[in-house]
Amino acid sequence: MTDKKNNMSAQNAKDYWQANLRLLAKLLIIWFAVSFGCGILLVDWLDQFSFFGFKLGFWFAQQGAIYVFVALIFVYAWRIQIIERQYGVSED
Amino acid sequence: MSTQLLTYLFVGLSFALYIGIAIWSRAGSTRDFYVAGGGVNPVVNGMATAADWMSAASFISMAGIISFMGRDGSVYLLGWTGGYVLLALLLAPYLRKFGRFTVPDFIGERYYSKVARVVAVVCLIFVSFTYVAGQMRGVGIVFSRFLEVDVTTGVIIGMAVVFMYAVLGGMKGITYTQVAQYCVLIFAYMVPAIFISIMITGNPIPQLGFGSEVADGSGLSVLEKLDGVSKDLGFSAYTEGSKSTIDVFAITAALMFGTAGLPHVLVRFFTVPKVSDARKSAGYALAFIAILYTTAPAVASFARLNLVDTVHNTSYEQAPQWFSNWESTGLVGWEDKNNDGVMQYSAGTDNEVKIDRDIMVLANPEIANLPGWVIALVAAGGVAAALSTAAGLLLVISSSISHDLLKQTLMPKITEKQELLFARMAAAVAVCIAGLFGIYPPAFVAQVVAFAFGLAAASLFPAIVLGIFSKRINKEGAIAGMLMGLIFTFTYIVYFKFAAPELNNADYWLLGISPEGIGLVGMLLNFAAAFTVSRFTAPPPKQVQDLVEDIRIPSGASAASYH
Repeated sequence: MTDKKNNMSAQNAKDYWQANLRLLAKLLIIWFAVSFGCGILLVDWLDQFSFFGFKLGFWFAQQGAIYVFVALIFVYAWRIQIIERQYGVSED
Repeated sequence: MSTQLLTYLFVGLSFALYIGIAIWSRAGSTRDFYVAGGGVNPVVNGMATAADWMSAASFISMAGIISFMGRDGSVYLLGWTGGYVLLALLLAPYLRKFGRFTVPDFIGERYYSKVARVVAVVCLIFVSFTYVAGQMRGVGIVFSRFLEVDVTTGVIIGMAVVFMYAVLGGMKGITYTQVAQYCVLIFAYMVPAIFISIMITGNPIPQLGFGSEVADGSGLSVLEKLDGVSKDLGFSAYTEGSKSTIDVFAITAALMFGTAGLPHVLVRFFTVPKVSDARKSAGYALAFIAILYTTAPAVASFARLNLVDTVHNTSYEQAPQWFSNWESTGLVGWEDKNNDGVMQYSAGTDNEVKIDRDIMVLANPEIANLPGWVIALVAAGGVAAALSTAAGLLLVISSSISHDLLKQTLMPKITEKQELLFARMAAAVAVCIAGLFGIYPPAFVAQVVAFAFGLAAASLFPAIVLGIFSKRINKEGAIAGMLMGLIFTFTYIVYFKFAAPELNNADYWLLGISPEGIGLVGMLLNFAAAFTVSRFTAPPPKQVQDLVEDIRIPSGASAASYH
């Protein structure tokens, strides 16, 4: 491998990592918001709203947050593969 | 056929299935034994992880705990699922890229230190053993309740079965039996849940029935009715909490970060072929887990409502059949304090009915008038849940001893064949110790199982996350952090639970955080110690910084192996 190519791939790896960190930050904010936010910190305030027969805060704490968790993992698996290809660090 | 006979048949058939799988998937190499050869399909691994994760406590006790805690029970639902997001986003893909066999492997290499590796082994063994003792006890209890053998015989049968497939098959045997165990346990959980949902609300999907109107013509929703009934009996409303917000926050966080730091869960992601598979596999695992975890709170509310309806203010003569069936086990009981022959249930001192939380799941099939085969199915499901978790834990204990302690630290010259033999011996010894804990449970076991999470959160989780996301954290920092987190959390728990239990209330707790949630503080101290100590000591050597760069990018991953 030439030096130039080496530098480019090092730069790509760095850019990939930055893009990954940005994606992680977005998803973890959602993770925090639905569980600790809606399910714990804001639960009493949200309980004034009704959602399919549930108090909204209670629904987040015992149902909604779990559905969002599952979705977050699949969204990450999907988005990060696009980013990997974009920076040429994909494993296949 | 009698229910008893059906139960023997179902449990027996499921055991035959597990042993058959164990013989078919014998481990031939250390790679097979530690990481199932590294070629497990991500969906299969997700299912195995789900069975690994859902223990006797999830299957038997969780719905009951929630039904008595109401909204405060959310800490378990959020805590034991939210950790998978951290696992999938922050840990699993990088550990897979690292591509070795165990969690201490990662800590030992990343922190270029045998001391760090041994500290990790100590954390791992402490966390896993407290956990596995509870599982063996669970096996014994299920046996004794459903098959009317005593707890000791039950534990020995359970040990024999786990011994067969954990010692013979290692990770490979465990993975495929866990898939079978997941199918048994989820089917056994859902069938009664669906029937009780139909009975209470007319809706066959428990998650939807949970928010529906009660099918008694009152026009009230399940939760409205439950709130009203709870208040009438002197309890707090079901959908309102009684724990302080900071404590709920801390307990949830300790369970989440602890989940992400549990070695027997982490090691499952070493078994898939690719980095991208590790991410997807965590998603499948959580999806399979979510089926049970979103059903449990619905079952909790239905069972609670039904219990109050059928028991409170009913004359003992007319008590439902299941009540008298379970009275002999001591899980329910009635004491006629005012001698009126009627059962009064309330939060006050005039309460006459004793109800064990486990009854909510165990007696569900009878409460819903389901046939004998459903009861037999629940027994097989309970055993499957306990055995699958026990096997996963025993494997990480044995591999940390044979691989991390012997091969990597004390006896580096042993051959692969000898290492495999040591792994099998370690597994055999671990099964026996776990069995002894199950037969003679030390008084502290039941109390400490929940704390395994706090300890994992305070010790292993920060060391792994920092090892991936920071190049600057060095061995001094990591070791100081792990010890700081472990010692602080351990001391706090021992102080309030054993040394001074009379002070165990919010007035004396640090910041109002109970021992269950203190792992969060331990974790923050770990992070703080790791950063501070690393700042004042030399940065990690070049090859370690290169290792960190390498695990951050997916390309170039190979199957788990020696290097």
